[in-house]
Amino acid sequence: MPLAKRIIPCLDVDQGRVVKGVNFVNIRDAGDPVEVSRRYNEQGADEITMLDITATHEGRGTMIETVKAIAGQVFIPLTVGGGIRTTADIRDMLNAGADKVSINSAAIFNPDFVREASERFGAQCIVVAIDAKQVDDHWEIFTHGGRKPTGIDAVEWAKKMEAYGAGEILLTSMDRDGVKTGFDLELTRAVADAVTIPVIASGGVGNLEHLAEGVLQGHADAVLAASIFHFGEYSIGEAKQQMATQGIEMRI
Amino acid sequence: MSIKLLTVIDYGMGNLHSVAKALEHVAPEFQIEVTDSRQRIAEADHVLLPGVGAIRDCMAEIHNQGVADVVSEVLADGKPLLGVCVGMQALMKGSDENGGIDCLRYFDGQVRQFPRNLTDENGLPMKVPHMGWNHVHQTVDHPLWHNIENGSRFYFVHSYYAEALEYTAGRTVYGPEFAAAVFQKNIFATQFHPEKSHIAGLQLLKNFTLWDGSL
Repeated sequence: MPLAKRIIPCLDVDQGRVVKGVNFVNIRDAGDPVEVSRRYNEQGADEITMLDITATHEGRGTMIETVKAIAGQVFIPLTVGGGIRTTADIRDMLNAGADKVSINSAAIFNPDFVREASERFGAQCIVVAIDAKQVDDHWEIFTHGGRKPTGIDAVEWAKKMEAYGAGEILLTSMDRDGVKTGFDLELTRAVADAVTIPVIASGGVGNLEHLAEGVLQGHADAVLAASIFHFGEYSIGEAKQQMATQGIEMRI
Repeated sequence: MSIKLLTVIDYGMGNLHSVAKALEHVAPEFQIEVTDSRQRIAEADHVLLPGVGAIRDCMAEIHNQGVADVVSEVLADGKPLLGVCVGMQALMKGSDENGGIDCLRYFDGQVRQFPRNLTDENGLPMKVPHMGWNHVHQTVDHPLWHNIENGSRFYFVHSYYAEALEYTAGRTVYGPEFAAAVFQKNIFATQFHPEKSHIAGLQLLKNFTLWDGSL
């Protein structure tokens, strides 16, 4: 019996509250991150990812307190991202109880940061987040919540980040994020097939069928979703059952 | 009832907070201390040897900080010792990682790299690291498996694995079959992370705190 594919609920956190935007705007409040994490843990989530979407200097202390509170109650892997720019940021999050950190724009500004972080803390805790948008016949990396193009090809970037020591790729389609029409499966498959490290598909989940597609057609090792779980449309358990009925190996 | 002491050996390798928090959660009767103090480790009733990252760095710190001697004293005293992840690999004979590293030789197996050309049941390449929840098939009746269903899934994240030999307490298949857990006298060690493995993992940690080190 093989390794299970993972379902990872994602909490976008702003000033200590879970929020969910559509295309990174129109934010809706979805509760207390500690409560939400505990609920997902009980429902059988395989991991939890929490992204500090404002990542301001003042917000950092609040985030560390939130991570500490979650880590004391939730005994599955916890990834924290948003504003991770230095090895001190990584150390602070790991010390608070995070198991992995997600590095996004800091990797683009300084790819050697990924190498340094991986050597110091181990590849197992370094997730590189890639926000990609389709441009003509390929996908490019965008920063600043999808507003600024970088000209970097997403597939090439994923390969480079693997070579620099990333342990995992969190791949978000900025075209699909929040619009509930399903993952960008071509993007997901292009990246998943190009690297040998696990790829988490993100952006666009509107129903349970989309999760299964991410694995079966996108070749993702894990699927990440936020709003379908936050607002009680589906539970993690329902999502796992649905995926299992399609022949996907799940932890149930 | 007196408070018992469980020390998590802090030799500078990685994140010990997760495991300390999980132990506090399952064993309120224990004082959990993350420490590099040889005296505190000597005073402890139970000892946990963690480890993450590259084996070269782990073994260097194990030697620099006298952890090899500490472990040998703990084992001679008959105290229960739990090794986790690279903490388990450090107890093996040696590792192929970083061009070949000698380890502590408590177990006679070699730590090897997952092959890069493995494919899964659908013909797709298998990813390395082996990251996520996989089945552990218990191969012995051991106090640390108490109340854990055989075949339960635990959370793994590793690129190197220990060969499954006679000391194996649990086996997992990811390409090759490897040692997910090993045992010998008062040592039990796991490749997976019990502190991240939800109900089954917390049960294993609870079992460890209840174990007196005998078989």
